[in-house]
Amino acid sequence: MSATTHALHLDRFEAVKAGLPGDGRARADALARYAKLGVPTSKLEAWHFTSLKPLDEAALAPSDAKVAVTAASVAAHALSTSHAHHQLVFVDGRFRADLSRIGTVPQGVVLVAWSASKALPKDLLAEAADAGAMRALNAAYAADGAILQVPAGIALPAPVHLIFLGASGAAHARNRITMGEGASATVLETYAGTGRYWTNAVTDISVAAGATLKHLKLQIESGEAFHTAATAAQVAAKGVFDSFVLSIGGKLARNEIDAVLTGEGGNVKLEGAYLARDRQHIDNTTTIDHAVAHCDSEERYRGVLDDHAYAAFQGRIVVRPDAQKTNAHQLNENLLLSDRAEIGSKPELEIHADDVKCGHGAAAGEIDEQALFYLRARGLGEAQARGMLIEAFVSELIDGIADEAIRDRFMAAVGGWLYDAQGARRAA
Amino acid sequence: MASSTVETLQSVIQPYKHGFVTEIESERAPKGLNEDTVRFISAKKDEPAWLLEWRLKAFRYWRDRMLPEGDPTWARVTYPKIDFQDAYYYSAPKTKEGPKSLDEVDPELLRTYEKLGIPLKEQERLQGIAVDAVFDSVSVATTYKAKLGEMGIVFCSFSEAVKTHPELIRQYLGSVVPYSDNFYATLNSAVFSDGSFVYIPPGVRCPMELSTYFRINAAETGQFERTLIVADKGSYVSYLEGCTAPMRDENQLHAAVVELITLDDATIKYSTVQNWYPGDENGKGGIYNFVTKRGACRGVNSKISWTQVETGSAITWKYPSCILQGDNSVGEFYSVAVTNNRQQADTGTKMIHMGKNTRSTIVSKGISAGHGQNTYRGLVRVSPKAEGARNHTQCDSLLIGDKCGAHTVPYIEVKNRSAKVEHEATTSKISDDQLFYCRQRGLSAEDAVSMIVNGFCREVLKELPMEFAVEAQKLLGISLEGSVG
Repeated sequence: MSATTHALHLDRFEAVKAGLPGDGRARADALARYAKLGVPTSKLEAWHFTSLKPLDEAALAPSDAKVAVTAASVAAHALSTSHAHHQLVFVDGRFRADLSRIGTVPQGVVLVAWSASKALPKDLLAEAADAGAMRALNAAYAADGAILQVPAGIALPAPVHLIFLGASGAAHARNRITMGEGASATVLETYAGTGRYWTNAVTDISVAAGATLKHLKLQIESGEAFHTAATAAQVAAKGVFDSFVLSIGGKLARNEIDAVLTGEGGNVKLEGAYLARDRQHIDNTTTIDHAVAHCDSEERYRGVLDDHAYAAFQGRIVVRPDAQKTNAHQLNENLLLSDRAEIGSKPELEIHADDVKCGHGAAAGEIDEQALFYLRARGLGEAQARGMLIEAFVSELIDGIADEAIRDRFMAAVGGWLYDAQGARRAA
Repeated sequence: MASSTVETLQSVIQPYKHGFVTEIESERAPKGLNEDTVRFISAKKDEPAWLLEWRLKAFRYWRDRMLPEGDPTWARVTYPKIDFQDAYYYSAPKTKEGPKSLDEVDPELLRTYEKLGIPLKEQERLQGIAVDAVFDSVSVATTYKAKLGEMGIVFCSFSEAVKTHPELIRQYLGSVVPYSDNFYATLNSAVFSDGSFVYIPPGVRCPMELSTYFRINAAETGQFERTLIVADKGSYVSYLEGCTAPMRDENQLHAAVVELITLDDATIKYSTVQNWYPGDENGKGGIYNFVTKRGACRGVNSKISWTQVETGSAITWKYPSCILQGDNSVGEFYSVAVTNNRQQADTGTKMIHMGKNTRSTIVSKGISAGHGQNTYRGLVRVSPKAEGARNHTQCDSLLIGDKCGAHTVPYIEVKNRSAKVEHEATTSKISDDQLFYCRQRGLSAEDAVSMIVNGFCREVLKELPMEFAVEAQKLLGISLEGSVG
């Protein structure tokens, strides 16, 4: 992204700001912060492996949400209707009531889009002082997004499915999930679309004491799309934040997760898988911040890379002074299928307390020849055997997803990727 | 472009400007850093024109391209901004004011020596005071030199080598760490004072461990050393770098460059025990150890092995690296880094796999105590052509006390699918059970910690030559004094 596009962002704000909801002052502040920070470059440690250069001007025009997206194009990404769920659809960052099926939620639960809400949370556009440039840009331009509030003690029985479809321009969706004490819910975010566009999403999550949020994300954007997303979660005492990110789509995709454990007994689990081919670039950058003692975290990411694909994994675990009795484990494993695929992995530990158990690991390699031989010896063709091993590698993580409909959706996405990969191989 | 070329030419034509005559007599370049300082150093050492030109090229690059951007900030170390004009860049040993006898030496240092088991004679030599000691060491060095000379081994100071083996220096200087490499290496290239040069001819196995230990002059040149070791085909050398004398200087910058080159089937083993003055308990004083060390395995089946025990310095910023160019070449990095009190260490390695079937091993042990901050920062890169490359990395951290920090920042970049790269890291502390067990058997708390720490570091210490290993073990104990109980 060049200096001119940077300037373009700043200029365009004047033209659109009047039509944007919420706190105008916060937006102007965010834009000023973006102007100061500039577009992240690989000189920044957090962007060591990923350059936003390919994100050119064509993808930046603000969307006016007039693109024709039909119920049929939504159905391709919807969860099976045989399982009860609440569906909210956003097209180019704007809520589409006609495509959504929110259904009924338990008394006290708020599940609404900004544009349909009477009272927006005051701090909707609030940003931490050290937040990055992409988040700042989102805060300046965000026009819509989902709001989910689950009050204390309530368990939302059916999963919430947020579908974000892109078709043109830039979409800065901004979601807010608030879990009251002891509440529980499952939320799936699906990002998909057609053609060339840019998604720059933010999801802010707060998990109160004893609450549980299972947060899943399926990033299956179009092959020409750009995807930058940031999820920030605050987890209070005995709270559970359980995240799974499956990244398959996008020309350039970056998924950031920042989870902070703010109360004792909290638990964070970050899992993810990424499958990339052609010239795709997929980046997963996570931070788990153990701010207090007696918390556990576990992180596992697995990647499969084919053709010229590039994947980056940056996982940072911070254990603050006095965060004693912390248990933190992290593992990143990568499977390289082609001679031109590349992986950049940076599992990082930052530890300021002594009575902790922390470990991390990273590995990269190709498909195990012996496993392949085993399957071939039992009569499987090479392609089939390889496919089976890749599927097993990824499904080991996906199998842990509790919600059946979501698990099936994820496995189907992986199956689709394998099918396409084999097709491409046959054609080549 | 054109005008700068003219300026360059002019400055080359006028080798000397003004204001230096008196300064030469005092054996010290004036404070500050400019082209004249570089010329002064070069003239003082009677260097050939090409070397001066190389220094100037480095200096201009540093001044014009690097200084405006400032010194690197990516490492996890904090220190006040260094004023590069407020320092002496050349000071001949003669003028250095040392204590006249052992009585004048800080008793704290003497106690350290006693614990290290360095004999009095040697203590004097390390202090750089007693003339006979220096005399001794010179004669020792020359005795060995004659013996080595018979085998064709060149082992001398860098400035001597420039005169006696200019063709080797010209061929290899800057070939591993180019003058434009990084902020401190470039500064070193411009103002390096002296250092060591080693050349091992084809097929020769150096019969003894070579060490800077014997050459007190080289040790005294201090700030900007430059070491170049070339192991020709089929040769072997083990080199020891001993910075085992605690220095008394306050926040002194030490920016050395070490370049290693191995040709076909050659091996270099480079061991360092670094115990520069770490500053006091409150972080006052101490050495800034900003060092660039890199080895190139140019030949097939060649090997470079780095072993380091870093217990000293206020700040350590050091990444001994291996560029594995030759097929089947091997890189190794074994490290123990200790930070106590307010010490900061950001150290690790880079293993760049380029040749086929190249292998590398990294074992890093970090120990943090007091308010110490210890970071392992390492890069393993497998290039597209490095078929069958293999790396295993093991980083363990030991924390003693709840005010210190242990950080691990590995970078892994794999561009070849046949590569196998593994990284593992753990963090632990000395448990109360372990301490209780040792105390119960009559060990003092400090001895117990020392023993547990030595056990923790055993994998690395066993890579050291024996006499160094003994010293390193004792050093570990001393460095951690006062960290428990």
